[in-house]
Amino acid sequence: MENNGENLISIQDLKVHYQVRAKSLIDRISGNDERKVVKAVDGVSLEIKKGETLGLVGESGCGKSTLGKAILRLTEPTDGKVIYNNKDLANLSNSQMRDQRKHLQMIFQDPYASLNPRMTVGQIIGEPIKTFGLSSGTVEEKVQELMETVGLSRRFIKRYPHEFSGGQRQRIGIARALAVNPEFIVADEPISALDVSIQAQIMNLMERLQNEKNLTYLFISHDLRAVRHVSDRVAVMYLGKIVELADSKEIYKEPLHPYSKALISAVPVPDPEIEATRERIILKGDVPSPINPPRGCRFHTRCPYVEPKCKMEEPKLVEIKPRHFVACSRISPEQPYIENAK
Amino acid sequence: MNNGNILTVNNLKTYFQTEDGVVKAVDGITFELKKGETLGIVGESGSGKSVTNLSIMRLIPEPPGKIVDGEIIFDGKNIRQLSLEDVRKIRGKRIAMIFQDPMTSLNPFLRISTQLTEVTELHLNHTPEQAYQHAVKMLEMVGIPDAENRVDAYPHEFSGGMRQRVMIAMALSCEPELLIADEPTTALDVTIQAQILELIKDLREKLGTSVILITHDLGVVAGMTDKIIVMYAGKVFEQAPTKELFATPANPYTKGLLKSVPDPAHEAGTDLYQIPGLPPDVAHLPPGCPFAPRCEKVQGICRQDYPPFVQINENHWSLCHFAKETYQESLQEKEAKDGK
Repeated sequence: MENNGENLISIQDLKVHYQVRAKSLIDRISGNDERKVVKAVDGVSLEIKKGETLGLVGESGCGKSTLGKAILRLTEPTDGKVIYNNKDLANLSNSQMRDQRKHLQMIFQDPYASLNPRMTVGQIIGEPIKTFGLSSGTVEEKVQELMETVGLSRRFIKRYPHEFSGGQRQRIGIARALAVNPEFIVADEPISALDVSIQAQIMNLMERLQNEKNLTYLFISHDLRAVRHVSDRVAVMYLGKIVELADSKEIYKEPLHPYSKALISAVPVPDPEIEATRERIILKGDVPSPINPPRGCRFHTRCPYVEPKCKMEEPKLVEIKPRHFVACSRISPEQPYIENAK
Repeated sequence: MNNGNILTVNNLKTYFQTEDGVVKAVDGITFELKKGETLGIVGESGSGKSVTNLSIMRLIPEPPGKIVDGEIIFDGKNIRQLSLEDVRKIRGKRIAMIFQDPMTSLNPFLRISTQLTEVTELHLNHTPEQAYQHAVKMLEMVGIPDAENRVDAYPHEFSGGMRQRVMIAMALSCEPELLIADEPTTALDVTIQAQILELIKDLREKLGTSVILITHDLGVVAGMTDKIIVMYAGKVFEQAPTKELFATPANPYTKGLLKSVPDPAHEAGTDLYQIPGLPPDVAHLPPGCPFAPRCEKVQGICRQDYPPFVQINENHWSLCHFAKETYQESLQEKEAKDGK
């Protein structure tokens, strides 16, 4: 869906830093208690447009889940703004924020851990309706309606989560998120824990609901194939920063940042003919620790195109092509391809 | 006598006794693996792919599990009939295994060196000194930087990808003839997954090891394997050389699986193909074809009679009443696609 429309959420220079204590007890006792800071999200600016699906990809530890939670204030942001409806979510009081939660919901990765095992499906889905006093009819009617919307039989209303499969549990999670008629949903790895044949069902369900209810999604996943399928635009994150942002078609066809290139080329293609011939970019090493991220460009320790200046200055997100933003100091609108960079 | 096959599995059946009744986790699996070949086993959770391989290693917990029938011929010997002591001589030495989760399959209390030397001291009669040197050499081979100093570290000091490398080093330290990799990259990030797959490929070529690669990711098997088995509800649903399986599948389940992977060539926004319904409860299979309740091509006969294992050509088999028809349909689809 092409959408140049208005912004629903505007994230400005959002930061989430965690304090971690020194490792050992001895260090703490001896006063060697240097507090370290994990910069999980370190200055992210993003606009999420009404009705779109923005995909957020990156490897574990890059801060993508933290970013998703910080938008909804499930994790307190350290700095920055999240503008929604002319309000800065990052600076609302708890009760004001609570009021906004009926517009902003979340779907979690693990359908086993995110449902209370002692509540029935009816109670789980009904709880937000009761909390926000939203239902016009009886809560049970509304719950049954929601269950049908997500493809669960209304007969299951008295059952407990353990009686359902992973895919069905994810449907319960989705129904719970929908119970308050939200506008915006953060879906944090909603299909990672599911079987292949079930992943397709959940992706299709989410797409159908988006069309029916005009939802906006932030779709967080490490599965680039899934993200490509559901997203209108995609943001690639590395060590707490957005390194590339573009339309989904564009970024998969022609990624510009060397990290996005490697990430996309690393995805195995289910076609033996292509697999046999294509060149894969293999990155060396692991993602560095976010406690002491590398100076300059954070990717420079693994980048095949690194040069001295990359270690000095931190590149900014620049519009290299129309609607295609990249943070890499070696490319520019005049010279968008790093292969040609001198 | 072993006609070039390193491993022959014949009609293997592994059942589990549960409160719910007998679960036929693996129910009549047959395949051959030639020296140097790589076999992919694909299936969703509960399809029996891991149980197949635990059976080969004789690692099925008994009770409740039991290999009730079939043969597992490794290098001319039926593993099922060997004494546990003889199995132990093979396990870890001639057949080695890598597991999905490198965090839980290494002992967190022991140094990497201790865990690596244990294998070679046992199987290759290395002296502690030899074993230690060998451990360093193996870590270098799997690409652990600064192996000499890292060998004495504990598992928690390594990242996930590095731990998987340690697991591979351990599995390969006796130069096994057969390596079983059970979802070796599922817990890893894509860039690390690419590193590990590349490593397995390299080592396979260097050492001539045969590999069984178990995964749910069709992308992974596409680039790594010579032939593929697709499992569903403990049965082999389709078996074919890799290229042929992807190009012209002869089973509706395989076709559905292939179609439900988001295809990079397809535009976003189009609905993704989905296999309806849920993976089956293996304790309560329907009569007839286990896939019938989810199959879009289902006919009356599918719900009544168990399907035959149809041979399509020399190396291609499919468990379906309409295997030949499905194959023809795939052929036509392929021609239409190539013709364009």
